Amino acid sequence: MKNIDNKMQLKKTPPSGAGGLVSRRSFLRSSALAGGGMMLSFSWFSEVKAAEKVTELNIIEQWSELAAYIKITPDNIIKILVPNPEFGQNVMTSLPMMVAEELDCDWKNVVVEMGTHDNVKYGPQFTGGSNSVRMYWKPLRNAGAAARQMLIEAAAQTWGVSASEITTKAGTLSHSSGKTAKYGEMAAKAATLTIPKDIKLKAPKDFSIVRNSKKNTEGVKVVSGKPLFGIDYKVDGMLIAMIQHPPAFGMKLKSFDATAAKKMPGIKDIFSFKLYDDGFEQAGFDTRTFNEMIAVVGNSTWEVMNARKKINAQWEAAGDVKDTMMGRGGKTEKVVPGRLETTSQQMEMMAEYAKKPAQQLRKDGDPEAAFKNAAQVIERTYNAPFLAHNTMEPMNFFAHVQEDKAVVAGPLQAPGWVEPTLAKLLNLTPDKIEIQMTRMGGGFGRRAYGSYVYEAARISQKLKAPVKLIYTREDDMTYGIYRPMYTATYRAALDANKNLIGFHVKGGGIPENPVHANRFPAGAVDNYLAEGWEIPSNITIGAFRAPRSNFNAAAEQSFLDEVAEAMGKDPIDFRLDLLKRAKENPVGKNNDYDASRYIGVLELLKEKSGWGKPENAGKKRGVAAYFCHASYAGHVVDMVMRDGQPYVESVTSVVDCGVVVNPDAARNMVQGAVVDGIGQSFYGALTHKDGAAEQSNFHNYRMIRHNEAPKKIDVHFVENDIDPTGLGEPPFPPVFGAVANALFKTTGQRYYNQPFTTEQPKNRS
Amino acid sequence: MAKYSLKINGKTQQVDVDPSTPMLWVLRDHLNMPGTKFGCGMAMCGACTVHLDGNAIRSCSLPVSAVGKGAITTIEGLSADASHPVQKAWLEHDVAQCGYCQSGQIMSASALLKSNPNPTDEEIDAYMSGNICRCGTYLRIKEAIKAAAKK
Repeated sequence: MKNIDNKMQLKKTPPSGAGGLVSRRSFLRSSALAGGGMMLSFSWFSEVKAAEKVTELNIIEQWSELAAYIKITPDNIIKILVPNPEFGQNVMTSLPMMVAEELDCDWKNVVVEMGTHDNVKYGPQFTGGSNSVRMYWKPLRNAGAAARQMLIEAAAQTWGVSASEITTKAGTLSHSSGKTAKYGEMAAKAATLTIPKDIKLKAPKDFSIVRNSKKNTEGVKVVSGKPLFGIDYKVDGMLIAMIQHPPAFGMKLKSFDATAAKKMPGIKDIFSFKLYDDGFEQAGFDTRTFNEMIAVVGNSTWEVMNARKKINAQWEAAGDVKDTMMGRGGKTEKVVPGRLETTSQQMEMMAEYAKKPAQQLRKDGDPEAAFKNAAQVIERTYNAPFLAHNTMEPMNFFAHVQEDKAVVAGPLQAPGWVEPTLAKLLNLTPDKIEIQMTRMGGGFGRRAYGSYVYEAARISQKLKAPVKLIYTREDDMTYGIYRPMYTATYRAALDANKNLIGFHVKGGGIPENPVHANRFPAGAVDNYLAEGWEIPSNITIGAFRAPRSNFNAAAEQSFLDEVAEAMGKDPIDFRLDLLKRAKENPVGKNNDYDASRYIGVLELLKEKSGWGKPENAGKKRGVAAYFCHASYAGHVVDMVMRDGQPYVESVTSVVDCGVVVNPDAARNMVQGAVVDGIGQSFYGALTHKDGAAEQSNFHNYRMIRHNEAPKKIDVHFVENDIDPTGLGEPPFPPVFGAVANALFKTTGQRYYNQPFTTEQPKNRS
Repeated sequence: MAKYSLKINGKTQQVDVDPSTPMLWVLRDHLNMPGTKFGCGMAMCGACTVHLDGNAIRSCSLPVSAVGKGAITTIEGLSADASHPVQKAWLEHDVAQCGYCQSGQIMSASALLKSNPNPTDEEIDAYMSGNICRCGTYLRIKEAIKAAAKK
């Protein structure tokens, strides 16, 4: 089972080769700039001692090479490099805000650039798991604060006064005597000072940049069409490559004839290649959808597209395939079954597995007895299909592999995971591989799986030329790395007084079990059982915005709504009652969530949505709340029938993600998650026939569009001083549940199978 | 292959390409103008939207041979400095998340406002529904269009 959430935790130890554990201060390094000025490097895992003075003088060309992190020029320009790749979560703005806050500089003087890739210097540099802000919250503020303290010390020495008498504001140092200086004036001297051992961070009440909305630092480039994205990457002499992959999961290449295709104009070469060599030990996020594919390489995209159509390829069943995986637990062998899957059969297989004994994930009390003695048992089963990520920018990557080095560039969420595999495939050491991180046209988890980088590298290696691999939309949609297919059966035991005395969840999927056993309502029910099972498959899957949670929230939150109804309780009050139990007298240990924060979100949601207020009595509303990625989110969805179709007209959203660094951008993110959730729950589905994806482009894979988005989404954040927790993912899962519950209010029918627009609802007693 | 003289962003540009080549790839591959984006290749997502004589068209499905004497405007030509009212409204409303679809959205929105300077919400929906935003920025796009309409 791929437990994505856990893998996205911050690495606690440095990567091999970076030495042992280092002191907390050693991530900073200061040096002087040519022509004056200061550079504070960010070296997460380096062994530079705090007291060690770095006196090397760097020339301008070395700035980025040396991972300059904060750079202050004599003319007071403050350049901040961003360690994590940007895919729309707005790290190019929020992460520099955190530095600038503690540096106490003027935001108007800040220039932001994407950093270089170096996991030793920068840490994980991973975009995913709603981790960017939370993993860099302390390190980046420490960097800003250290630089500020050094600037103060430089001014103190220059003016011959005590540092304690100097204050800073918006990039200006001031002394009570009336002396002032811009940071730029003191930067050269500051760079020669020792990095302070005692870094003082601001109290949240003193924030003046963080918590104050700042516009996207790349906004102007976006609206003027500047080449920001991987697909825009270009070098002289670059060739364009496309891949012909087998037409179905479970198929492989038998033979092909490219004689006619090779004669097409602009075509350089057509050849088959293997992604991994036989017996290759795959790392956790390496995927092997198809191991042998045909590459078509030529001068321009259209020529390559046309030539690809002329290839005469024969495919055959691959049969069972043995994969060797290198995981945390060491080497394991995995047999990938060869069957060609069809959705109706997948559904039947899941229903069959759901009846078999499964792995017990958690048990509290005596659930068997609770269900045996129950006056009423409610049992419901929920299903959800595979989903394609459908990032607007299709997968693509640039690679230029030479004898002794390789440069790759493009959209990638986890460059640090790709690098070791790339090194093995190309027989190079990691230091000979340069990964350039471009802006990503969406990720949603898809770009955490770098097989398209390896494909580009393989093709470049063969041709000894710079190559940009591009997937067409059809390639992108039919090639996998889908959200898995899931099912879960929930059971609730009520006693004669309608008290909830037992709760049981049993879930499974192809090829992954979705159940989070230690999440709510675990901890709130005396007798609790969670079980899971999995069906291996050749359909490649991966993280999809809030992996597993995006299904669990749909199922569990719909189920709780139905249980509340059976108990004659208001759905919010019912959840609050359970959460109060979990807070005051929790059942079991290892409950993942903080019941107080959960309660806070539901109470604020109740208030902001006017839940239960007479003026909203006529509204068809659904509510859901969920916890994931250390944050809490809830929505109230107001639905109407419009032209005979259910339509979500307005939404009230509440999120507790701790300190909100950039509020307006955070609201944008939540609104986007709501729109995404409505779209996926209504329309999202990737189905199969004989192993082939039945959807290939936006004509048969329905995406939510302008006219289907709500008119209004009000977003509220719980105000507190808790260190930031996740935001990109947490608001997404509960949308599904809120939509399902609003559908019941609107149509009188419960919906159990996603996507909801294709379900034929059945009355259940 | 055939030679074409194209009017793009007020300049005449020469290309020698197969007549079936979509304008999208002429712009991106041959004229080094990557602001116009590839999304689906079948006019279903709007990422490749440009103006042909002021009308929004999907450049992925417009062969270069069909352009003739028509004047093409791309995102790069909408303004020299992001100063078009639609671009300014996009910045003011901080619309973009990943940003990939936004040049197409902006080209559709600017064509809409040219033909209908004061569109209703329903007219915006109807006109813009050919442009997919995977990040779900639709509400801000609508706000930005309404703000630009007032300028």
